[in-house]
Amino acid sequence: MEQRNTNSVFRHLDWFTVILYLLLVTAGAVSIYAASYDFDHASIFDFAEFSGKQIRWIGLALVAALVLLLIDSRVYETYAYPIYIVTLLVLFVTIFIAPDIKGSHSWLVLGPMSLQPAEFAKVATALALAKLFSGYNFSLTASRANFGRALAIIFIPVILILAQKETGSALAYMALFFVLYREGMSGLVLLAALCAVVFFVLAVKFTETMIIGIPAGQFTVFVLIMLIMVCMVAVYCRQPVMARNILLWFVGSGLLIYILTIFGVTVPGLAYFLTALIVACLYCLLMSLRGGGTRKIFVTTGSVAIAVVFLFSINYTFDNVLQYHQQQRILVALGIKDDPRGAGYNVNQSKIAIGSGGLSGKGFLNGTQTKLKYVPEQHTDFIYCTIGEEEGFIGSTAVLILFLTLILRVLHIAERQPSIFGRVYAYCVASYFIFHLAINIGMVIGLCPVIGIPLPFFSYGGSSLWGFTFLLFILLRIDAARREHLSY
Amino acid sequence: MRKDYNLEKRKFVIGAFIIIIVLIYIFRLFDLQVMDSKYKDYADSNAFLKKSIYPSRGIIYDRKGRLVVYNQPAYDVMMIPRDVHDFDTIDFCRTLNITRQQLLKRLTDMKDRRLNPGYSSYSPQTLITHLSPEDYGRLQEKLYRYPGFFIQKRILRQYNYHCAANVLGNIREVSAKDIERDPYYMSGDYTGDLGVERSYERFLRGEKGAEVLIRDARGQIQGRYEDGRYDKNAVAGKNLKLSIDIELQQYAESLMVNKKGAVVALEPATGEILCMVSAPNYDPSLLVGRERGKNYAMLVKDPDRPLFDRALQGAYPPGSTFKPSQGLILLQENIITTGTAYPCSRGFISGGLRVGCHGHGSPIPLKPALQTSCNAYFCWGFKAMVDRKSKYGSSADAFEVWKKHLVSLGYGYKLGVDLPGESRGFIPNAKFYNKVYGEGRWSANTIISVSIGQGEILATPLQIANLGASIANRGWFITPHVVKEIEDTVLPSELIQRRHPTIDARYFSDIAEGMRMAVTGGTCKLANLPDIEVAGKTGTAQNPHGRDHSAFLGFAPYHDPKIVVAVYVENAGFGATFGVPIGSLVIEKYLKGHISDSRKHIEHRMLTSNTIMYSGTKKH
Repeated sequence: MEQRNTNSVFRHLDWFTVILYLLLVTAGAVSIYAASYDFDHASIFDFAEFSGKQIRWIGLALVAALVLLLIDSRVYETYAYPIYIVTLLVLFVTIFIAPDIKGSHSWLVLGPMSLQPAEFAKVATALALAKLFSGYNFSLTASRANFGRALAIIFIPVILILAQKETGSALAYMALFFVLYREGMSGLVLLAALCAVVFFVLAVKFTETMIIGIPAGQFTVFVLIMLIMVCMVAVYCRQPVMARNILLWFVGSGLLIYILTIFGVTVPGLAYFLTALIVACLYCLLMSLRGGGTRKIFVTTGSVAIAVVFLFSINYTFDNVLQYHQQQRILVALGIKDDPRGAGYNVNQSKIAIGSGGLSGKGFLNGTQTKLKYVPEQHTDFIYCTIGEEEGFIGSTAVLILFLTLILRVLHIAERQPSIFGRVYAYCVASYFIFHLAINIGMVIGLCPVIGIPLPFFSYGGSSLWGFTFLLFILLRIDAARREHLSY
Repeated sequence: MRKDYNLEKRKFVIGAFIIIIVLIYIFRLFDLQVMDSKYKDYADSNAFLKKSIYPSRGIIYDRKGRLVVYNQPAYDVMMIPRDVHDFDTIDFCRTLNITRQQLLKRLTDMKDRRLNPGYSSYSPQTLITHLSPEDYGRLQEKLYRYPGFFIQKRILRQYNYHCAANVLGNIREVSAKDIERDPYYMSGDYTGDLGVERSYERFLRGEKGAEVLIRDARGQIQGRYEDGRYDKNAVAGKNLKLSIDIELQQYAESLMVNKKGAVVALEPATGEILCMVSAPNYDPSLLVGRERGKNYAMLVKDPDRPLFDRALQGAYPPGSTFKPSQGLILLQENIITTGTAYPCSRGFISGGLRVGCHGHGSPIPLKPALQTSCNAYFCWGFKAMVDRKSKYGSSADAFEVWKKHLVSLGYGYKLGVDLPGESRGFIPNAKFYNKVYGEGRWSANTIISVSIGQGEILATPLQIANLGASIANRGWFITPHVVKEIEDTVLPSELIQRRHPTIDARYFSDIAEGMRMAVTGGTCKLANLPDIEVAGKTGTAQNPHGRDHSAFLGFAPYHDPKIVVAVYVENAGFGATFGVPIGSLVIEKYLKGHISDSRKHIEHRMLTSNTIMYSGTKKH
């Protein structure tokens, strides 16, 4: 029985993913060697060097992966909640016993090694979420309580990690909204998140040029809100006549303001005028449904109102909620601030490293930016620029494609799971990878603000490597058992 | 097992999301790595510290091999701003003998991209120039305490003779424009300004060498790049031998003290300029070292404009020194023969017009006309040519022929001297007068004054001297130049080849004879040296700035000319009063090496007289 089980694991194992994993981990170790390589040439296996240490971590990770594969797949489902609870306890304890490392209290020092529980909590949270969804007749959309439970599973570790001052790691859990989406959460939530990001970028970035007396960014957001409102009324609420009337109101008012401007009459407080206009239209919308009001109308009204409030709160949030270094990182990423010696130093040097790589790179160990240590944190969060500099466009694109292939493969695996547990867990894995890939590489190439999260399998560090290895191999173990499952 | 196909489709949304993100990132990478090449330069300027090795600048000798300009080492304090951290400014200032305010001002100026467009925190910037050897020694000992600072050895020019500033020029730090024009230069480099320092910059500067060092993020040097494979040795600048006789230059300058104007002496056979004086002048060593800026500003502000090289930038009415050229043109155009005589009744009187002249026999032929500098003769000749419609068709056509001859003699365009800033003078063409008077509405009488070097005609003293060279050579000249030899390099052919005016050689002898007569028994008698046969022509040019300009054009010896001299003294009166004596003294000094006792009084008078008070720029 035992023997058969083991055999079937390796027979049904998704070797394609295993090969992708091995490729990425190997490329990662080589990159760390390149990133820490300097003029005192050390061997890649030198255990005193980052690359040597990482290879030791990789060895241990492979052993752990093997162990994970040998464990019965039902164990993960059965012990999902206990694992989750133990992890939360560890996270909680870490806040108090972890030493202060650059302001964060997230490292547990265990003898010779330090581990970051936050990385392992990703696994536990994924398992717990999968367990929740796999409950008998559980439906995310059936009740608010179900939705609340899902949110609780996600946000408890987030709060604990925030308490450790590891904002980046905490943000990674937001990726789990992809899972909620897949399991039935309204797409409007994702759309709203997308709108929030777009509105924020527009409102923060375009404050210099003015359109009819208000900043161009704010103006554009107003126009977008109006368009969305018209679309929602027309398509979502199926009220084409109403939508047309609202549109006519907007266009008419716009023309009026435009004509006034031509004649040199400036409209004072245009932002408030536009707000009033939107509110008036919303009021009409609500009034038109006296008697037979539908939920969709309220959703539309609420969304638009929230959007307007959000727009007005952006500046306040930016100035008062975000910390100084966060503001600076956002300004640098949006290209508003160019501060190559201060807040933008890291990103600037990273862009120089990548940009100087050219099409085919400077060659392994030949990167001057890398060798001369111009990019701080290059072996950890900024590891990708080593590839950019030494392997060029070809190498860095290849790494992106490898990751993309892995993510699409995980999505594919997710959808072939017979159990909800397996599917939800797989989506969690895919979501974490999506988030880490998008944010880490985005920041290294200067498209996202700097958020300190590692590039899976590449960034130096045992916790991240182990965390992602556990995530992936538990998935592979569950996947390998999918046929057994059918036989029950 | 519940399977909701609507929800399953959502995998495509999530998949599309990450695919789009990856595509955006690939585009971004393509832009950064393939399209945009500036990051490569940034990375190189991060990693490679190019340290210049400055070659020594070429030395300048005079025609007799006397050392005129040489180098002296100087030390500049340089800094690489990004490598400099907080340092002990008090000690630093004390070591360098400057105040804290001076240091702070220098630091702000250095970072001001308007003042220092080449500023980069990555590259070496000049902080303080020209340390004295003592300051240098003191700083060198303490330099280890100031990371990011280093000392750059430079050169300063030193002058053995305090003259010829207009010919020699000087060196200055390169400007933003220089860097833009020639990528060879980097901020803090030196380049020639004015004179041969400017025009022979490419030879004098040599070639900078470079040492390519590897520098890490903390500014520490990690070694030589590729073991010095890209290092380059400096190539020393080439030495120059000037055609200037520095002692003659010095002498001529002393004669021009307290006067405004120019003296140009040429060796006619070679076109070599023996001396070229512009007065007032200045000591070239004023423009050396830390005081350069202050002194330069002072010279710029001086109302007498010492920086203006009157010998080649000053465009003056040549006056009667122009008459030899007129004789040449009239002979060439068969308007006159040497026998043709014109009347002079104390001037040229025609159609209600009168150009005055002085008492002499009448009518007279060409040579006596040159001898006595008869205005009427050349007016009649000019009128005969320009109004000869039977030959030329119209006055305008005749005038164009006239102008073409003058251009071939070196007037109206730059001669091509190997110094910067030469003026082209002015010879009007027919179009010019058509514009002023209307087409067909002018004739010889309208513009008669050009025939005696007045009116619109303008020439530089160098052009005047060049006419003398053509006559001395009896029919050709070589572009005047101040450099005789460039070390290991042949002179450009333009400075060696003969140029032939459009006038037959035989006519030059007649003009030369007339000029010889002017010395033996005409207007230039003061130049009649007992042992040297001098030929010459005076000039007295009316001008709108006050008293007449005094001019002289002469050459000697008459049969085998070794020197041509043109003298032009602003507002000094008759040609005979200043032009002739100064010219003859220069000739005598050059050919004999000393001034004979019988002429010492003339020398004394020239050395001590002051005409600057009559000059136009000073209000009087």
